[in-house]
Amino acid sequence: MAAHTTYSYDVLVIGAGGAGLRAAIEAANSGVTVGLICKSLLGKAHTVMAEGGMAAAMAHNDDRDSWKVHFADTMRGGQYVNNWRMAEIHAKEAPDRVRELEGWGAVFDRTPDGRINQRNFGGHRYPRLAHVGDRTGLELIRTLQDHTTYLGVTVHMEHTVIEVILDGGRAAGVLAYDRERGRFHVFSAKAIVLATGGIGRAYQITSNSWEGTGDGHALAYRAGAQLIDMEFVQFHPTGMVWPPSVRGLLVTEGVRGEGGVLRNSEGRRFMFDDIPDNYKPQTAADEEEGWRYVMHDKTARRPPELLTRDHVARCIRREVKAGRGSPHGGVFLDIAWIKERIPNAEEHIKRKLPSMYHQFKELADLDITKEPMEIGPTTHYVMGGIKVDADSQESTIPGLFAAGECAAGINGANRLGGNSLSDLIVFGKRAGEYAAQHARKGAPPKVDDGAVERSIKASLAPFERGASGENPYKVQQDLQETMQALVGIVRTESEMQEAIKKLAAFNERAARVGIEGHREYNSGWHTCIDLRNLLDVSETIARSAIERRESRGGHFRDDYPDKVAEFGTFNIATKRQPDGSMTVSRVPLAEIPPELKQVIEEQKQ
Amino acid sequence: MSQATFRIWRSEPGGGAGAFKNYTTEISEGMVVLDAVHKIQAEQAPDLACRWNCKAGKCGSCSAEINGKPRLMCMSRLNSINLDEPVTVEPMRTFPLIKDLVTDVSWNFRTKKGLKKFKPRKPDAPDGTWRMAQQDIDRVQEFRKCIECFLCQDVCHVLRDHDKHEEFIGPRFFVYAAALEMHPLDTDDRLADLKDKSNIGYCNITKCCTTVCPEHIHITDNAIIPLKERVVDSFYDPVSRLLRMISG
Ligand SMILES: Cc1cc2nc3c(=O)[nH]c(=O)nc-3n(C[C@H](O)[C@H](O)[C@H](O)COP(=O)(O)OP(=O)(O)OC[C@H]3O[C@@H](n4cnc5c(N)ncnc54)[C@H](O)[C@@H]3O)c2cc1C
Ligand code: SF4
Ligand code: SF4
Ligand code: FES
Repeated sequence: MAAHTTYSYDVLVIGAGGAGLRAAIEAANSGVTVGLICKSLLGKAHTVMAEGGMAAAMAHNDDRDSWKVHFADTMRGGQYVNNWRMAEIHAKEAPDRVRELEGWGAVFDRTPDGRINQRNFGGHRYPRLAHVGDRTGLELIRTLQDHTTYLGVTVHMEHTVIEVILDGGRAAGVLAYDRERGRFHVFSAKAIVLATGGIGRAYQITSNSWEGTGDGHALAYRAGAQLIDMEFVQFHPTGMVWPPSVRGLLVTEGVRGEGGVLRNSEGRRFMFDDIPDNYKPQTAADEEEGWRYVMHDKTARRPPELLTRDHVARCIRREVKAGRGSPHGGVFLDIAWIKERIPNAEEHIKRKLPSMYHQFKELADLDITKEPMEIGPTTHYVMGGIKVDADSQESTIPGLFAAGECAAGINGANRLGGNSLSDLIVFGKRAGEYAAQHARKGAPPKVDDGAVERSIKASLAPFERGASGENPYKVQQDLQETMQALVGIVRTESEMQEAIKKLAAFNERAARVGIEGHREYNSGWHTCIDLRNLLDVSETIARSAIERRESRGGHFRDDYPDKVAEFGTFNIATKRQPDGSMTVSRVPLAEIPPELKQVIEEQKQ
Repeated sequence: MSQATFRIWRSEPGGGAGAFKNYTTEISEGMVVLDAVHKIQAEQAPDLACRWNCKAGKCGSCSAEINGKPRLMCMSRLNSINLDEPVTVEPMRTFPLIKDLVTDVSWNFRTKKGLKKFKPRKPDAPDGTWRMAQQDIDRVQEFRKCIECFLCQDVCHVLRDHDKHEEFIGPRFFVYAAALEMHPLDTDDRLADLKDKSNIGYCNITKCCTTVCPEHIHITDNAIIPLKERVVDSFYDPVSRLLRMISG
């Protein structure tokens, strides 16, 4: 059988985005040995693309802000199916985690009095996002990456984890392969942290990179861990729609935070037409008030363009369906108009949104300081993921931890912009801390050779089938089209049942994929490996979405368009049974303690 | 819908023998070179190796040489390239080849490790935070836009033609060093290292690095030249030399 090398660490972190790096730092600081595995080069993970900022109630720009307001905003955004304890920890700890970055060299934009500047974002009551222009993710990842460099963490770049292996029901190690040589490696570890990011690649139109194939979700699922909330996928309202090759690429919400408005083909600001009741008290009554909000007038309420993402995305879809869309099937997002209001608008836009300016100029030949952009919804983020303990981030499998986008709970049914980057550092730190703690008391695990050999054999099977097998890219494309069409922004029972049938067929095709060439840096082979993850993840999404017979947050059902109180009392969980089948169950939400209930009530006014 | 031909470097694994191979594919409006490479990968050459992540010029993964110029494949629009001739796409030549368009850039990660890390002054406020004015960090923020695409390293003749990888850190890391040296909070001194270990003196300001930087960082004018001046001021200026001798 194929030869493989073996590594052994106290804590093994899988993923080098914000969550994985932060976990590695914390574990290394506590004195245990740490290995870090990532699919790309260091510093290239998805986190690098984050634009708008990270949310933390530091109250620099508005002293009315506090963790309580942030907590209440997060719960409201999540439609109250969040893990309340995670939302509480997040709101309380985010400010310290952000400040700590400054001590590690991060250079955030400043307020006039020299503190970290904070910007407005959808669903956040006060300006709360620490940012660096519109490249906050780059600042975060580079700061963490550079800090990690000096901590003795061993980084295995361009290695892909294929399987998590258990020993007597607890995490014992992983099987991975390196892209450069195509060789297999076994890593044993006393504790494992999954920080593998999102699932966007299950859909045709997405802001996610090739890495977003839900690996951590699928690895944990196949190992028998529980996933929750998989029906909650966030479709970001503003992705590029033209040219075709960049369809789905994100246009930061920061554009709207800086005064960008949405208009249909008739020039109407349609967001004013549909403001949900629970957001009415906080939403501007007219365009004038909305503009005052953008200009930091504290008595003004925010413009409806900054309502939650799920809502804005559906309004856009409605306009397009009603024939009021833009030429390429989106609507217009206009920031250029602010020149009617402020002098030097052009300079202002370029300074506040430099990479958006750059992106449109170079990829769409469009100058956003002069013309409106065309935008439409794009698959962006998954609220669902591995179920974890709020304090320790441990999954339902002992010794297996999860943090960042692949873990679930903090966001409930919908994530607020900016809450992900702060989630990464708050819970990345906790995962690293508790994983190290777990490692210190654990005995060295044993990685079962039989399991390793079985996994290697399955991974190499596509080579045996060679060119006569199915083309893996084709299966992936068909899967993405199916998820987009049948389990997308607006869902119905019959379409999702059809999707389940199709998924079964894709599973059969995936079992026949074939690939030619060598194992070295073979993208086709990699796609074969991704496929299995995408299929598992897609099925958890579809089955969870069928089970939730209501509409809430990122999950909208045409056949059940209203929110149903009963569905607000549980999360939907998926779990793999020993025979390989998927079970769907309801997990009751923990009771919110009275003092936090009160916080939520106070903030409702 | 029209067609274009791409002349792509294909190699044996392990950096072995290689040659250009032509692929003709359909192209549509708005496509970039990376789209064409992906299309070829999906339809004609599934084992073609290339790196990419963001497709938006933000991650610095997809560096290559397109018609001889170091560029990001994802930011090279086909309508800005002459398609009457085959478009040549080859890996960065300054780094060892892994396969096809993928090179071994690990030297860059090792080189960074050799530079002194950020060392902030004591916090300004009792809550452990600092105060900095925006105008004092504008320059540092320019440097921190770097996406580590290593195109500047690829084009710099000191590395490319003279192979001084062991003695010379290259433009990317002058930018990195400048970001630390000009960081208002940093207290360490990297000038001696820049002079003796990193050999900033080898740079003869050809500005090739600045020309290729996709982030439009003024590598030479804003980073390298000011660093060179600081080195000169502190080591060759008689007054500061004397001060150094006295202070040890
Ligand atoms: C364009 C864009 C803009 C965004 N803007 C914002 C914003 O302004 N504010 C905000 O809060 N959020 C934003 N988000 C969301 C946020 O960026 C992500 O949710 C977050 O970065 C995810 O971080 P992570 O650490 O969980 O995972 P990632 O950064 O996705 O990293 C995942 C890591 O896991 C590794 N990995 C995955 N699978 C495997 C495997 N099988 N084996 C080994 N390694 C593996 C990858 O290589 C990678 O290193 C944005 C997202 C996008 C796409
Ligand atoms: S200016 Fe200096 S660093 Fe830049 S390419 Fe020329 S020699 Fe190299
Ligand atoms: S300085 Fe510019 S060219 Fe050099 S690595 Fe950074 S972004 Fe790339
Ligand atoms: S793919 Fe990220 S820079 Fe080209």
